[in-house]
Amino acid sequence: MRFLSLASRNLKEIYRDPLAIAWGMVFPAVLMPAIISIGKNAPMEIFTANALTPAVAVFSFGFLTLFSAIILAKDRESAFLTRLLTTPLTATDFILAYILPFLPIAILQIIICFVVGSFYGVTINSTILITLIILFTMAVGCISLGMILGSLFTEKQAPGVSSIVIVIISILGGCWMDLKAIGGVFETIGYSLPFAHAIDAARAVLNGSSVSGIVTDFYWVLGYTLVFFVVGIFCFRWRTKG
Amino acid sequence: MSNHENENEYAIQTFDLTKSFGNRKAVDKINLVVKKGDIFSLLGPNGAGKTTTIKMLTGVLKPTVGTAKIMDYDITRNPSEVKGIIDISPQETAIAGHLTAWENLILMGGINGLKKEDTEKRAKKLIKLMGLTERANEQVQKFSGGMQRRLSIAMALISDPPILFLDEPTLGLDPQARRVIWEQIEQLKGKKTIILTTHYLEEADALADRVAIVSQGNIIAEGTPQELKKNIYGLQTMIIKGENLSSPDIGGLKEIYPHITKIDGGIKIEAQELIFDEIVDYLRSRGVKINWLSMKEPSLDDVFFNLTGEEVN
Repeated sequence: MRFLSLASRNLKEIYRDPLAIAWGMVFPAVLMPAIISIGKNAPMEIFTANALTPAVAVFSFGFLTLFSAIILAKDRESAFLTRLLTTPLTATDFILAYILPFLPIAILQIIICFVVGSFYGVTINSTILITLIILFTMAVGCISLGMILGSLFTEKQAPGVSSIVIVIISILGGCWMDLKAIGGVFETIGYSLPFAHAIDAARAVLNGSSVSGIVTDFYWVLGYTLVFFVVGIFCFRWRTKG
Repeated sequence: MSNHENENEYAIQTFDLTKSFGNRKAVDKINLVVKKGDIFSLLGPNGAGKTTTIKMLTGVLKPTVGTAKIMDYDITRNPSEVKGIIDISPQETAIAGHLTAWENLILMGGINGLKKEDTEKRAKKLIKLMGLTERANEQVQKFSGGMQRRLSIAMALISDPPILFLDEPTLGLDPQARRVIWEQIEQLKGKKTIILTTHYLEEADALADRVAIVSQGNIIAEGTPQELKKNIYGLQTMIIKGENLSSPDIGGLKEIYPHITKIDGGIKIEAQELIFDEIVDYLRSRGVKINWLSMKEPSLDDVFFNLTGEEVN
């Protein structure tokens, strides 16, 4: 369990950087009322609390990709990682140690979204646990994606590339528009990625869908998360193998 | 050099250790042995291959050809075991900036699998040893370069490794901060095997039991600082200025010390070994009045220059 020591360090590095907290926590809390107020002028299904709450949560996970990519890229380029590479930590230890500290942030992001969403009428009943599992799985996927980007790109490149991921989540995840209504290539690309599946599944559960109705979407999310995690380990190992 | 004699005596042995980056050989068939408890210095200019050698020995880089043994473990076959008995203070300051000095030490203890009580006990000792007691609970990003470097060395010592790699531990520090780190390294002498890379000749001279001079990926000379100075450069120099230093007066001296040259107001004598009293007594017996005299031992700087034709720094 050596990775827990490194995870604890990473947690402190994140929490002692106020900007990360501000973007990670405050942003979703501000974004949700802002979009709902915009949506009042355009009364559409996509601007209801049940539709927006999962969308804002998944969109916020894009910042987890950004932060996790930055912290790994920063360490990878510094002598600190050289020191760590001479310790008995394995590549899996490293990836776990960089993912774990972001999980509490992800949970807080989800909670913030639902607390804010509750003021606008989001459905909170026994099925919320399923919604949380879907969103949490997506969060792990986004953090793992950050591990891939942090392994492949430099400290300067990682924020730029991660911003593209945030834009992709925003547009191709169907956060603020209905991908099915747009159709065509956008819909095809959007549904070949996990973000739209995560948002759709969470929305469906909040709107009363049974578990069987969202299984396919969940498998997309889970599959991508596992792939991102394994590819993250592979990329980290590849970049540090010397 | 035989790498196989008295194997138990050695902490480190390398066997044609080579690292190539593309077509460029950063380290080319390095063979060296380091005795247990020695401070062994790899001395050379930037880009000589010192850090690459260290990175191979610590498992950060894989050798292209050849291997090395750390204690009884092969660095290519048993990297995990090697990582369990070494630690490193890398060239750049390798600390977690948002953590305090204390937290940095606890972190390294945890990563190395130490028990919490043992880590805390050692951390207290190391904080004291490195003179960081008063600022132990401050975030280390606020520390001076010298303090950060001392903490970096302390972090390498927390696991109490038998073998310690110090990669340019005083690079970029002012002479006072450098001296403090030297004193702390001297305290470890005999207790740990230390591989110290440096391009400060005086650092290798002051600290190392043995020195390997590295140039363009090769070890071009190896020995104790004294051996290198004596055998490779080997010339002590004496400059004498005075009155009545005319040729007949030094004629007899030239038979003993053939390398005597005239300089402005005096003479310069160079030899493997200069006997001070013999020279002074001889000149005085010839009526020479000595006004000024200096004697210079060869330095590792001279050795390096003699070997490579370049200044090390």
